[in-house]
Amino acid sequence: MRIDLEDTIAAISTPMGNGGIGIVRLSGDKAIDVLENIFKAASGKKAGELSSHTINYGKIINNEKTVDEVLVSLMKAPKTYTRQDVVEINCHGGIQAVNGVLRACLEAGARLAEPGEFTKRAFLNGRIDLLQAEAVSEIISSKTESAKRAALAKLGGRLSGKIKELRDKILSAEAAIEAAIEYPEHDDEIVTKMSAKQTAEVVLKGVRELIDRADFGRIIQNGINCVIMGRPNVGKSSFLNYILDEERAIVTDIPGTTRDVLSESVSIGDIPLNITDTAGIRQTGDVIEKIGVDRSFEYGENADIIFMMIDGSEELTEDDLRILDFIKDKRAIIIVNKSDKAVKVTPEELRQYAEEQNIITVSVKNDTGVEDIFDRLKAMFMGGEVEISDNACVIGERNLESLRRAEKSLLNVIDTVDNGFPEDFISMDLTEAYTALGEITGETLEEDVIDKIFSEFCLGK
Amino acid sequence: MDNYFVADVCDVAVIGAGHAGCEAALASARMGLKTILFALNLDSIAMMPCNPSIGGTSKGHLVREIDALGGEMGKNIDKTYIQNRMLNTSKGPAVYSLRAQADKAKYHTEMKKTLENTGNLDVKQGEVTEILTGENGVCGVKLESGNVYECRAAILCTGTYLMARCLYGDTIIESGPNGMRNSTRLSKCLEGLGIELQRFKTGTPARVDKRTLDFSKMSIQYGDENITPFSFENTPEDIYREQIPCHLTYTNAQTHKVIMDNLDRSPLYGGVIKGTGPRYCPSIEDKVVRFADKERHQLFIEPEGEDTNEMYVQGMSSSLPADVQLKMYRTIAGMENVKIMRNAYAIEYDCLKANQLKLSLELKKVKGLFSAGQFNGTSGYEEAAAQGIVAGINAAKYVKGEKPLIIDRSEGYIGVLIDDVVTKTSKEPYRMMTSRAEYRLLLRQDNADLRLTDYGYEAGLISEERYARFLKKKSDIENEIKRISKIVFGPKEEVNELLESLGTSTLTNGVRYTDLIKRPEVTYMALAPIDPERPQLSPEVCEQVNIQVKYGDYIKRQTEQVEKFKKLEGRLIPEDIDYSKVPSLRIEARQKLEEIRPVSIGHASRISGVSPADVNMLLVYLN
Repeated sequence: MRIDLEDTIAAISTPMGNGGIGIVRLSGDKAIDVLENIFKAASGKKAGELSSHTINYGKIINNEKTVDEVLVSLMKAPKTYTRQDVVEINCHGGIQAVNGVLRACLEAGARLAEPGEFTKRAFLNGRIDLLQAEAVSEIISSKTESAKRAALAKLGGRLSGKIKELRDKILSAEAAIEAAIEYPEHDDEIVTKMSAKQTAEVVLKGVRELIDRADFGRIIQNGINCVIMGRPNVGKSSFLNYILDEERAIVTDIPGTTRDVLSESVSIGDIPLNITDTAGIRQTGDVIEKIGVDRSFEYGENADIIFMMIDGSEELTEDDLRILDFIKDKRAIIIVNKSDKAVKVTPEELRQYAEEQNIITVSVKNDTGVEDIFDRLKAMFMGGEVEISDNACVIGERNLESLRRAEKSLLNVIDTVDNGFPEDFISMDLTEAYTALGEITGETLEEDVIDKIFSEFCLGK
Repeated sequence: MDNYFVADVCDVAVIGAGHAGCEAALASARMGLKTILFALNLDSIAMMPCNPSIGGTSKGHLVREIDALGGEMGKNIDKTYIQNRMLNTSKGPAVYSLRAQADKAKYHTEMKKTLENTGNLDVKQGEVTEILTGENGVCGVKLESGNVYECRAAILCTGTYLMARCLYGDTIIESGPNGMRNSTRLSKCLEGLGIELQRFKTGTPARVDKRTLDFSKMSIQYGDENITPFSFENTPEDIYREQIPCHLTYTNAQTHKVIMDNLDRSPLYGGVIKGTGPRYCPSIEDKVVRFADKERHQLFIEPEGEDTNEMYVQGMSSSLPADVQLKMYRTIAGMENVKIMRNAYAIEYDCLKANQLKLSLELKKVKGLFSAGQFNGTSGYEEAAAQGIVAGINAAKYVKGEKPLIIDRSEGYIGVLIDDVVTKTSKEPYRMMTSRAEYRLLLRQDNADLRLTDYGYEAGLISEERYARFLKKKSDIENEIKRISKIVFGPKEEVNELLESLGTSTLTNGVRYTDLIKRPEVTYMALAPIDPERPQLSPEVCEQVNIQVKYGDYIKRQTEQVEKFKKLEGRLIPEDIDYSKVPSLRIEARQKLEEIRPVSIGHASRISGVSPADVNMLLVYLN
């Protein structure tokens, strides 16, 4: 892959759809030249004559035809998002106008940008750090409000700040050890081993909090994967339709009509869910249906949570018991449906398969009890917290890996001290933890330790 | 060159006979090349104008590495030490640091003797004023007399002599260190060759008369009872002698007051000194100002030799005027009646911006011109000598048309030193420190021979006899580790008795030999009584077996890090790369890469101002 940052790129930077306005953005050395070819300013000025950071009214002309009436923001390097010349063309919303302006840009010499390419340029040109760049791309792709808020929090540097705080602690401990090593005859009481251990413990706690949040961050970013399981015709599709509030799944009274899986991403309040409806599970001779059943179990294995539906108006069947056995050791909520009819399944019967609070009786048809499911879901995933963005940090896989390495190194520090190994070995793992955390914010070791030694300790002959 | 009198012809001319110059000249001559070593004054050969000691943290490592390559510093200090100590013995084997107090006069005499008795080597007094170049780079050096010595390579080891001036408070003397004459013309010639110089500064404390000190008010510091030689060729018995102690005393509030009251007379604070001084050799003025709440600072009183009353006051370097110096020294416990024999001073000098060097220590701009030591912007005798031997080897290899010796960061402190010096543009004299070595667990002073003897042997600086001994040591270590790795100790009475006596828990099940050694209370040596099969091994072999097994897990991890490092070092950047063609490099990175022209991706990644994103761009471009 060859990344080329020299050419000029263009893209529609507002969501596709019928918004009030649409924006086409250009970035690169030739952005103003491209504009010159297609823009006729009402003031009569040429694009090259327009001042930086101004908004200009005019028309976009392509092949001698007016494409749209527009407002053009012109921003010259370096004070722009990408540190290159940037032009933003505000045109009327609606696919035709926006596409027309984009096409004009492309025909005038711009190249269609790849997803996230503006942000990539901002990062590579030093405008934003790696974390911010990731946060921006996460905002672009986040599906739910929570995810967006968490991503925004990261953009504000919350994670960077936290990482920096942890690194500073490590650096102080490391500088103390190094000072003691470099200047063995130095008389200041430089306490090293135990304070290194204490530091490691404090930082470890911080790193683990971040790791926990990372898991949470994954959930709010990607949604909770739930799978609805149950034997045929217990109301799985009705339940899904209820959540989606639309008739998307096929609902019939004939058992076994949902033979494959249906997946939807929804947001219940603040909780993003990826819901998968599965084929009804029963002993079957039908080959195709059997494939569906196998896949249902496969999905169940990989889910964050299983909703198991039972028809409360009937006795538990062998198929029910098979599924109950399957979910017994998994995170699951048992939904006893059809409470509008006479209930024949008692919660006591189900207690051996799930905790009491995870057995919920509902009637999807009459809309009773369904909210309880969501409350339970929130309690499970958000620890009862509704306002989740305060604690959330969206941490990508790459960063999570760095955090895990830092965690391991810090555990090694504690081990090394406990096993009676000398300072030098402590230093090795402290440095690794420091480097691992630095990878998250894109910082390297360089002369940090030496600078710190000489700023904190009076040393030298 | 027609108009010059050609006094002599040689292969390699070495300019300066300090610690860098001596090693460079010896290496070159021992590799069979006709070498001339020029000194401003033959009485200043291997002079120690600052502290009277060799070694210490990380510097001790350098000396042992120099010895492993076949250099002289370790042997010379073993001949002339008056005190020998291993420091840091509680902090881990990799930071054990050997240091010796030297008899300065003897150190000079012994080194001079060695130079004078080395074949292929001439020693010549005179000031080199010009480097002569022709189509093929360096072709000679010209002395102040006008005489020319033709050569094929030259090594600049000018130390702190170029355009040097010494500052004693408001008194400024145009001289080299220690009252020696300075070199006033070579700088201009170098600049004429397109070489960029800069101005650095360093300093030294006063020397005082032993008879005027009251040692009863100080604490005494003895050398080690069991000494360790620097040279791998020596045993402790070979070099055993009576040692002389050092003493420790402190500054106090009164000392600090004298300094603060006279700060305006310090050229450092008055702005007279423009050179950049090192943070690790701060003057006492600096210490008092920067660490105002520190009540006292340590001072070590170190003898300058056996046959002199001069004592070096470590910790009290200063550029305050002579009258203030006397006043401030006399506030110190045990120094109330002190007489100063030589005053403290600061020295400013011209040196190289070292990013003009290749890793071989050859200047990029002038073929055949090498440089080493303080001229390259470093500080310290050991740093100088380390570069000296590498420059000497590489100048000789250059003349012979062979590939240069480049020691990488995972192989030695010398590698770290040279890589840092040419890659990082240091704003102050560069001092070696153990924390600069990222793989220091592997770069121990005890295994310098295992790491570098092969290079010394290949260069022709290690005798066959020594090399054979080295190979035997290596195989002894390997065989013994292999042998004990197979042994498991059961909970036998004799085993548990020994373990109990060592203060470690006894066995109830079988435990591997190697796991026992990993216990903090246990060493390989201590297990001898329960290991009747153990072969007769030298103490050095036992030490290696112990360290390599005891810290094996950590060593293994670091070895894995080195493998990753080697991968990046192995991704070479073509010599003719045009950085203006690499898209999307930030301007600063482009300039730095252009300036340093790194040899590999790994090398590029260490340049300050080149970010990981720039390195990625470079990788993308190279792919």
